[in-house]
Amino acid sequence: MNLEIKTVYIDPVTAVQVAGEVDLYSSPQLRKILVALTEKRTTPILVDLAEVRYLDSSGLATLIEGLKQCQRYKGRFMLSGISEEVKQVFELTRLVNVFEIHATVAAAVESVSK
Amino acid sequence: MVEKKPIIQIRRLTTSYGRHQILRGIDLDIYPDETFVILGRSGCGKSTLLRHLVGLEKPTGGSITIKGMDVVNADEHERAAILKKMGMLFQNGAMFNSMSVGENVALPLREHTPLDPATIQIMTRLKLELVGLSGFADYMPAQLSGGMRKRASLARALAMDPDILFCDEPSAGLDPIVAVGIDHLILRLKAAFKMCIVVVTHELASVFLIADRIALLDGGLVRFIGTRQEFTASTDPRVRQFLERRPDEDQIDPEMYVNSLLEND
Repeated sequence: MNLEIKTVYIDPVTAVQVAGEVDLYSSPQLRKILVALTEKRTTPILVDLAEVRYLDSSGLATLIEGLKQCQRYKGRFMLSGISEEVKQVFELTRLVNVFEIHATVAAAVESVSK
Repeated sequence: MVEKKPIIQIRRLTTSYGRHQILRGIDLDIYPDETFVILGRSGCGKSTLLRHLVGLEKPTGGSITIKGMDVVNADEHERAAILKKMGMLFQNGAMFNSMSVGENVALPLREHTPLDPATIQIMTRLKLELVGLSGFADYMPAQLSGGMRKRASLARALAMDPDILFCDEPSAGLDPIVAVGIDHLILRLKAAFKMCIVVVTHELASVFLIADRIALLDGGLVRFIGTRQEFTASTDPRVRQFLERRPDEDQIDPEMYVNSLLEND
């Protein structure tokens, strides 16, 4: 399997830690986890991409769907650890300003605790 | 410096249609992250070469290796796996006219991936946004201008996030302003997705804008290969003729001409 996903609770944030490649065949795994969290109206949700080597447009679409579902119940959806390469894809698709993006998990958790 | 491995290797590639030899032994190495332009006059074999690369036609001889796999001799299953990560922008767009633009873009994702329809819908809109067609998902291809159809076809070619994008005469039939817009789009996509882009064209303006390296095909052979700068500085008569847009001198062998008129087949 080229994608590993772990969900951990870092009070008060539910962090989804993604490692590997998020592509056409592995992104359904990430979607399944995000759908389960948003169905339970979890907030805040943080998706940490620090260990993601590659994220294609299906990965982007999965994150957009997660964000949208979270916004429906006025939850907070954050991303962290975006590499320069992945950031370029976000920029080209004009998604940089759509997501709340933090440099690290710690920075995201701190922003919630403030 | 680490030596780069080619993503596409072509060796001694030959193709004949009956007695007419189109490709006479092509050798090419194309690298990831580069925009490689195959340039040549009409009938020089460049579109035939492209059809071999995307598996639409089998060559008469030689080999094509893409990402380490021999695509000429691969079985159907192996070839399908490679093709999934290759996008193709056809000269005429090749959109399904009975489907909306959005359905055209979504089709390869529906056919070849386990993605949820919700994910596919977002991806489709993302691709249309990338090519400047956001809001056109529900239009039918016939409702689009030539340039917009080309952009829509490009969105479909990008649907599966290809490693290699093949473009057959991307600016053919477009006015110069729309054509340069397509070229700029190709440049932006390459910068963002680090794709290998292989473009077949005879448009010099396009070549100078997008090419990292150029191969000039002439008479079924690679006549020149090099960077844009090397191309411009080349003293090869065929390259000069192309650059200076000079027509062929009329050279007819009288005996061959008479024979061709008398031949029965």
